[in-house]
Amino acid sequence: MADKNGFFDLSKTALTRRTALKGLAAGAGLGLAPGFVRYSQAQSSAPIKIGFQSHRTGIGAAYGRWYEKTTAAAVKAINAAGGINGRQVEVIIEDDGTDPGRGAEVVGKFATQHKTDIVFGTLFSHVVIGSAPAAGENKMPYFVVSEGHHVASTKLNRYVFQPGITDVKSQIQSMAPWIAANAGKKVTQIFPDFAFGYDHRDYLPPALKAQGGEVIAQIAIPPTESSFTKYFPQIPAETEVIYHVMVGPAVLTFVKELGEFYGSNRPQLFGFIDSLEATDINSPGLEFLDGSHFWEGSPRYAQADDSEAQKAYRTAVGIDDNGAAVGDPKDVSTAAHMFGCWETLYVVKKAMEDAGYKGPEDRAKLVEATEALTAFAEGPEHPQGPKTFNGKIHQCFGIQNISKVEGGKLKVVHKTKIEDGLYEAKGDYTTQAL
Amino acid sequence: MSEASPAKAYALHLGVITLLFVLSFLLPDYYHGLLARIMVLAVFAMGYNMLFGYVGLLSLGHAMFFAAGLYGAGLAVIQLGWSVPAAFAAGLGCGVVVSLVIGLLALRTTGVAFMIVTMMFAQVFYLLILYFATWTGGDQGMVVPQPARVLSLGATSLELTNPTVRYMTALGLFSIVLLVTLAIVRSRYGRVLVAIRENEERTKMLGYDTFSNKLAAVVISGIICAASGAAYALLFGYVGSSFASVQYSILPLLWVLLGGAATTLGPLIGTLFMYYVIDITSGYTSAYLLIVGIALILLVLFFPKGILGSIRQRWLGWLP
Repeated sequence: MADKNGFFDLSKTALTRRTALKGLAAGAGLGLAPGFVRYSQAQSSAPIKIGFQSHRTGIGAAYGRWYEKTTAAAVKAINAAGGINGRQVEVIIEDDGTDPGRGAEVVGKFATQHKTDIVFGTLFSHVVIGSAPAAGENKMPYFVVSEGHHVASTKLNRYVFQPGITDVKSQIQSMAPWIAANAGKKVTQIFPDFAFGYDHRDYLPPALKAQGGEVIAQIAIPPTESSFTKYFPQIPAETEVIYHVMVGPAVLTFVKELGEFYGSNRPQLFGFIDSLEATDINSPGLEFLDGSHFWEGSPRYAQADDSEAQKAYRTAVGIDDNGAAVGDPKDVSTAAHMFGCWETLYVVKKAMEDAGYKGPEDRAKLVEATEALTAFAEGPEHPQGPKTFNGKIHQCFGIQNISKVEGGKLKVVHKTKIEDGLYEAKGDYTTQAL
Repeated sequence: MSEASPAKAYALHLGVITLLFVLSFLLPDYYHGLLARIMVLAVFAMGYNMLFGYVGLLSLGHAMFFAAGLYGAGLAVIQLGWSVPAAFAAGLGCGVVVSLVIGLLALRTTGVAFMIVTMMFAQVFYLLILYFATWTGGDQGMVVPQPARVLSLGATSLELTNPTVRYMTALGLFSIVLLVTLAIVRSRYGRVLVAIRENEERTKMLGYDTFSNKLAAVVISGIICAASGAAYALLFGYVGSSFASVQYSILPLLWVLLGGAATTLGPLIGTLFMYYVIDITSGYTSAYLLIVGIALILLVLFFPKGILGSIRQRWLGWLP
């Protein structure tokens, strides 16, 4: 948990602020102190400290809670297997309130107060973007699990990585072939009128066009809207597929009103499960979704062909066959995204081992070692599936799942290939100075 | 309330500035960085205090002035490639324009209507930021690139990402605004503002054009808030719509109420208090906002005029 150092903690001051004194005092102290050797040994066996920037409060709280559970499970597994470079891993959690301003402060706190080795775990895009400058200024490796395209866009900095979950541009691109081949070629998009929706607005049309399909209408709904019926007449009659990515509490109303508008004679529905993460698919009002399809990063429901690694991962994290907490069926997980925490920590482990990481002085080596990674094989460390990693844009690429709502469950009907989500990289973080 | 002699008032404020300067060499790294951020946001609170504390106009839309400076400076760097001083000036310019327009319209109202009108304008400003996402980055916001955050002074280049440079820049801005605020509230104009707050009709009868004086106060308040926003963008490298949300209109109100409305140092005290209560309590519980709420209730019960306001009322009547 958080360090409880007081406001006027002068014990740290001389070492951090007075550079000249620091050099003299540290040099003399280390050279003369009889405990020097003992100190070095203590450092090498001290735990690796991972600062977890958690959305414990604010709009991301439901995700934050499950990200914490997944992280705890991964750390437990890593420590049980001997830790990283023979050192145990310790997670220090700070709440960022899902706020970019506080997020930047939290990254600074990890760097200068907790003195963690890395910072990890941020989900919401605006918090990632708000915190990235602080990570760069503190030269703090910052491993996010956000799925935003902001990392891969190379508009952040060399210290920001997303190696454990694919980005939304790749996800959307991967969906287009299946939609065009199976659901229909004339698509109407309904999306929230803010950045998350704009990713879908901008990336789907070209991807669908490449598959012979077409987006025939785009309906942006303001984030303050609480009723949606008035927007539905804008859906062209020739629409074969409604592609929806509504998020937040309004999604239940959205689905209910869509059902009332169309009745039993509706176009195909395709959505992103982001809308319904941590929400029971059998909630009243969601019956209209029966037979529709969703993108899932990792399946919420246990599948008949789940790998042993997937089964072990679900057991370790503590989710049942319905994707809810073991012992509490109403506590539905954020399964489609939270696997990214597990996989990211194993990427960090691999990179630290490759770099021979010993402490914060090796952060630059850790950055370079992470950039040198190219692929992660499916297995206990990567239960969602195999991935490739582009070190120039700090982004991984992987498979996606398309699931059908059937009998109150989500059944995976298609898995994409890694190649489906690849796109031409723009920019190169490795050209930036460390 | 008795009034301090100019020497006494300026000595106190220069003493506070000196203390903040000395703290730069004493504080641990984390608190050093945090205090830089607090000083920038205390400037925001001082801007708010100018209107709320001295004129008695309770605005719920000051986030738009802060955001005007934030986006004015941020976009000037990101989209136009301007230098740091030019971008800061652009932020101030945006603050002037926005506060002048809003002042001309909102000052037709008073009391609760003024609160509602300012909140509505701020909401429009916030939604405009989301609407023009192509340029503003929408709800995700934008990073001000690190290489662009360099202040060139002749042959010398100061990197605003350097903790010491950042702290001293924040202190410089804070000091200028604090001393200007002190000068304003002690001036003839400052007394007119207080007279408007106490009894606007009587002030009119004495021959003062209260509308013009209030409009000038809105613009001064807007410029100070915009200066804070512009400094935030350039010093901390992030420009985002959350800073234009209603939350950031309410925060300066809380900071000022906590520290003491119509006290020159109250905004700093309030911002410091709030930041440290959140920072410390969030380390113990995720229900830290509950603790903040309880602390606010206790303060309102036992220090209804805020920390410095109550001190002034009970012990130091000369406190500016």
